[in-house]
Amino acid sequence: MSVVIENVGKTFIDSKKNKVMALKNINFTIEEEEFVVLVGPSGCGKSTLLNIVGGLLSPTSGSVYFEGIEENPNLGIVFQEIALFPWRTVFENVVYGLQEKGASKKEQQEIGNHYIDMVGLSDFKNAYPKQLSGGMKQRAGIARALAVEPDLLLMDEPFSALDAQTRTLMQEELLTIWNRTRLSTLYVTHNIEEAVYLADRVIVLSRHPGQIKQIINIDLPKTGRNDEKYRLQSSKYADEIWQLIRHDAEEALKE
Amino acid sequence: MEKQKQVITNRVAFLDKKVPFYTSFLGIAGILILWEIISRIGIVSPLFLPAPSNIIITGWEMLVSGEIYGNLTASLYRIVLGYAIGATFGILIGLILGFFKVADAIGTPIVYAIYPIPKIALLPLFILWLGIGELSKVTIIALGVFFPVVINTFSGVKSVDPMLIKAAVTFGSNRINVIRKVILPGSLPMIFAGLKLAAGTSLLLLVSAEMIAAQEGIGSMVLHYGNLMITSKLMVGVLILSMLGLIFNRGLRWLEYKLIPWKE
Ligand SMILES: Nc1ncnc2c1ncn2[C@@H]1O[C@H](COP(=O)(O)OP(=O)(O)O)[C@@H](O)[C@H]1O
Ligand SMILES: [Mg+2]
Repeated sequence: MSVVIENVGKTFIDSKKNKVMALKNINFTIEEEEFVVLVGPSGCGKSTLLNIVGGLLSPTSGSVYFEGIEENPNLGIVFQEIALFPWRTVFENVVYGLQEKGASKKEQQEIGNHYIDMVGLSDFKNAYPKQLSGGMKQRAGIARALAVEPDLLLMDEPFSALDAQTRTLMQEELLTIWNRTRLSTLYVTHNIEEAVYLADRVIVLSRHPGQIKQIINIDLPKTGRNDEKYRLQSSKYADEIWQLIRHDAEEALKE
Repeated sequence: MEKQKQVITNRVAFLDKKVPFYTSFLGIAGILILWEIISRIGIVSPLFLPAPSNIIITGWEMLVSGEIYGNLTASLYRIVLGYAIGATFGILIGLILGFFKVADAIGTPIVYAIYPIPKIALLPLFILWLGIGELSKVTIIALGVFFPVVINTFSGVKSVDPMLIKAAVTFGSNRINVIRKVILPGSLPMIFAGLKLAAGTSLLLLVSAEMIAAQEGIGSMVLHYGNLMITSKLMVGVLILSMLGLIFNRGLRWLEYKLIPWKE
C-alpha cells in the first residue's frame, strides 16, 4: 500500500477576495511503513496539505489516492489543537473510532486499554481532558488515532504546544511507539531537529506558494538516533534543511 | 551596627481572603429581625408591612385549610407544562437552525423578529384564539420559554469547536452521529444557560397571566388579597413565588452538574 499525492494545488480566496495560492504542484508518495515529515516555515501550507490528505479539505487541483488497498482507507489524525472531546473520558475518547466502526464492547476494552497503556495513560483512563496536562492530552490524542489501526497516520505539529522537555520525551516515546506499529505516517512540523529525529524522509516546503523545495532521505537508523555517534550527521542534516528554509523563514517574519 | 530589616509582605492577600460560610445567612437573618422589630413597635402599619412571624403563621393556616394546595397545583400545572413544551421545542428547533444551513437562512430571521415582543402582550390574542382556559396560559409560558432556549441552543451549536467536528468525521462519524455525539453535548452548556434564563421568564409570565385571567393560582391569589387589602396573605403568595423560583433555579443547577460533569 502507498499513498500518492499527485499534482496537488490549493488556492484560497481570502477575506479581501484575493487569491492566495497556498500549495502548488505537490507530488510525492508515502510508502508502506514510511515516516515522512513535512517541514517548512509557518504559513507555507503544511496544515493545508495535511488536511487535504486527511480528507478535511478539497484540493483546487490534483488528487490524493491510496494504491494497493481494497476497502476504504482508514485514517488516524492527531491534531495540532488536540481536539479531544471534552465530554468524554480518556478511554471514551480513545475508543471513539472503534465505536463508530461498530466494534464490540469487548474489542473496545481490549484495543482501548492496549493503546492507553502504550501511551502511558492507564492511571488516567477515566479522567476528563480538562484534568490532564498538555502532554497527557496529546498522548490521549495519539492513542485515539492509533486505536483505529489506521492505514495512514497524520500528525500536525502535535508537540508544538508543549514545553521543550516534555516535547523531547514525547518525541522519544513517539519513535518507540512507531517502531512497534510501523504505520505509514505523514508528520508536519516547523521544527527542523524534530524532523531529522523522526523522519525516514524530510520534505522541505517553500512558501508563497507552498512548493516542494527538496526531498531529503535521512540515512540514520530508526532507533537510538540521538546517540552520540549520530550527532554530527544529524546536525549536518539539520543544517542542510535550515539553509533551504532560512530565506523563507526570514520572509515569514516580516509579515 | 545592626542591619536594617524590611520584610516583604503579600500586598494582594485581600484577593484570597475567605469569608465564613454563615455570613450569607447573617444578612438574611439581620433583615428579618429588623423587619420584625419595625413591625412590632408599630412604626409601620401591619396593613402595609406585616411582621415575618405574622406571615409565617398566616401561611401555616392557609396550608392547613388547603388554600395553598389548590392554588399551587394550578400554578405548577401551568408552569411545568408550559416550560416543558417551550424547552423541548426550543432545543429541537435551535439544533435544527444551528445545524442545517437552509433552516438557518429561513428560520433565524423569523425567530429574531418575534423574540423582542413582550410575550404577555400576546395574551389577549391567545385568549381570543384559544379561550380563557388553561391552554392560553400554558401557550404564553411555552412561548416565553421557547425564545431564550432556541436562541441559546442556536448559539451553542454555532459555538461548537469545528475541530471537534473534524475529529469526529475523521474517526468515522456520519452526519447523525456528529449531531448526537458532538453538537448536542457541545452545545449543552449554552442550552442550560438558556434554560436558566427561561426559568425566570416562565415565572414572570405565569404570575402575569394568572393576574389577568385566572380564578385559581398563586398569581390570582396574590392579586385577590391585594384587592381585599389582606397584606399578610398577599405576602404568603409572594413568599411561595420566591421559593418556587429558588427551587427551580437549584433544580436546574443540580441537573446541569449531573449532565455536564466535564465542565470546569
Ligand atoms: N481557510 C483559509 N482561507 C484563506 N487562507 C488560508 C486558509 N487556510 C490557510 N490559508 C493560508 O494558506 C497559507 C498556508 O496556511 P497553513 O496551511 O495553515 O500553513 P502552515 O500550517 O504551514 O503554517 C497561509 O498563507 C494561510 O494564510
Ligand atoms: Mg499549521
